[in-house]
Amino acid sequence: MSDITTQNLKDIVDQVKSKKISSVELTQSYIKNIEKGKKLNAFVTTTFEQALTSAKQFDTKPNFEQLLPGIPLAVKDLFCTVNTKTTAGSNILNNFVPTYESTVTKNLWDNGAFLLGKLNCDEFAMGSSNETSFFGNVINPVGDQLVPGGSSGGSSSALAADFTPATIGTDTGGSIRQPASFTGTVGLKPTYGLCSRWGIVAFASSLDQAGPMTKTVSDCAIMLEAMAGFDEKDSTSIKKNKEHYSKNLKDNVKGLKIGIPKEYRVDNMPKEIDELWEKGKKILKDLGAQLIDISLPHTKYALPTYYIVAPAEASSNLARYDGVRYGYRSKKGKDLIEMYENTRSEGFGDEVKRRILIGTYVLSSGYYDAYYLKAQKVRQLIKKDFDDNFTKVDAILTPSTPSSAFKIGEKTNDPVSMYLNDIFTVPVNLAGLPAISVPAGLDKKGYPLGLQLIGKTLDEQKILNIAYAFEKNCGYKNNIKKWWV
Amino acid sequence: MSLDKEKIKHVAKLARISVDDAKVESLTKDLNSIFKFIEQLNELKTDKVEPLTSILNQSLRSRVDKINDGKIREKVLKNSPKENEEFFVVPKVVE
Repeated sequence: MSDITTQNLKDIVDQVKSKKISSVELTQSYIKNIEKGKKLNAFVTTTFEQALTSAKQFDTKPNFEQLLPGIPLAVKDLFCTVNTKTTAGSNILNNFVPTYESTVTKNLWDNGAFLLGKLNCDEFAMGSSNETSFFGNVINPVGDQLVPGGSSGGSSSALAADFTPATIGTDTGGSIRQPASFTGTVGLKPTYGLCSRWGIVAFASSLDQAGPMTKTVSDCAIMLEAMAGFDEKDSTSIKKNKEHYSKNLKDNVKGLKIGIPKEYRVDNMPKEIDELWEKGKKILKDLGAQLIDISLPHTKYALPTYYIVAPAEASSNLARYDGVRYGYRSKKGKDLIEMYENTRSEGFGDEVKRRILIGTYVLSSGYYDAYYLKAQKVRQLIKKDFDDNFTKVDAILTPSTPSSAFKIGEKTNDPVSMYLNDIFTVPVNLAGLPAISVPAGLDKKGYPLGLQLIGKTLDEQKILNIAYAFEKNCGYKNNIKKWWV
Repeated sequence: MSLDKEKIKHVAKLARISVDDAKVESLTKDLNSIFKFIEQLNELKTDKVEPLTSILNQSLRSRVDKINDGKIREKVLKNSPKENEEFFVVPKVVE
């Protein structure tokens, strides 16, 4: 029998349902892979015993009607999991064991899945290469010295290395789509409010969204269907009927209007990315879609806006880490204030401190109007760019990233060059829209590249359908060799 | 606008993060390059633009003012760095 772990989620679910494989056998196969793959450093915590117990329970009393029957899943270590340590990649939460479960993970477990482990990520999801994690760099299965993208870098690495059949990440400025693009996997950031934020360690609350990362588009539909839904406990959760993304997945794009924004080109962008974008356009056109040139004039201002809004919200969200109620507490300091200062100085890494300082500064007295208010105004203009164009088009096609995966250490000395990684993904978060990154090809080094489809608010089904049609006709094949085994 | 070392120390104080002198130098350089990047926004005229305060086309929901949990002191205190049966414990604040 071929190795089950190399297959996609949908096929694995079918085999569990037809009793070709038990949940215990499936779980054991993943555990074996994870144990042989420690070099990639994708996991912060593994929960093998607990997973095998859940698998046994499933096999004794199976429910095959569920979306994820007896499926083991590893998730980003930003989702609180009851009785399992949740670190957010930070020293300050290195001892934090939640007494509650995030809504999104609970939804997955209610659909038949169970926890296999917690995946490494950039500290508090602040990073684009997984190099800011307290628990060390994660390696991209594509190549020994390559970053897996970030912040959901443990998720993308574990998925591409066959350590989990699917996974979930969070995306504040590109943290699902960029790592998906770097590892040749599919990643979707849903409309703001579609998936509950309750129980997810907060970074920038007006931008954070959880979403699926999978090997195929149909897997992505299954995972999104399982995790999405209204939640009373999240005040920005959208109340709407449950959608059946996987059942309604269709590869017909005939007559759809696809916008091609002229601003999604940057200086020094490798020629291959332009070529890939052309290839994507041609595939959709040949399938009967209509390409329409559009303009999103404020695109270049999205990143500067993001680097005001996100740090401002982060500085306020991260004020809770004071060493008093949970998390790390410094032993140094003669009074309460010094205890706070030392706790935060020892508990946070450099990138997190940088962003807290930016955020504190832009919100401080006398600077608020010049920075934060200005950014909120530009955010309005960025959203309006999309609103104006979505009266004319059904979806927008762009590259996912301005480059393929880069080497560990290549960009760590220059924060701005690191931030530029998210230039094509950030506008979507600012506008609260859904977007999916689909693998589209390899560059001349053999590294994966993705294309991004951006949809209207709550139009996840349409971008999934377009991505599905694209995937079928693109013929993408990754060339990951398991060199780490 | 450029940030000097004194300003950065002041902001660090506001953020309750102690920054040692050795690090202030590199922090100043990094933050200045980030602010130079951010200040591209000044090219845009935004006098007549309303700030975006929510991307959802709905106002925040209100809920019934009713207690729906509670009696979970043990859970709330479970992760506290310094153990005590009923309270969070901090360094002495009153002499």
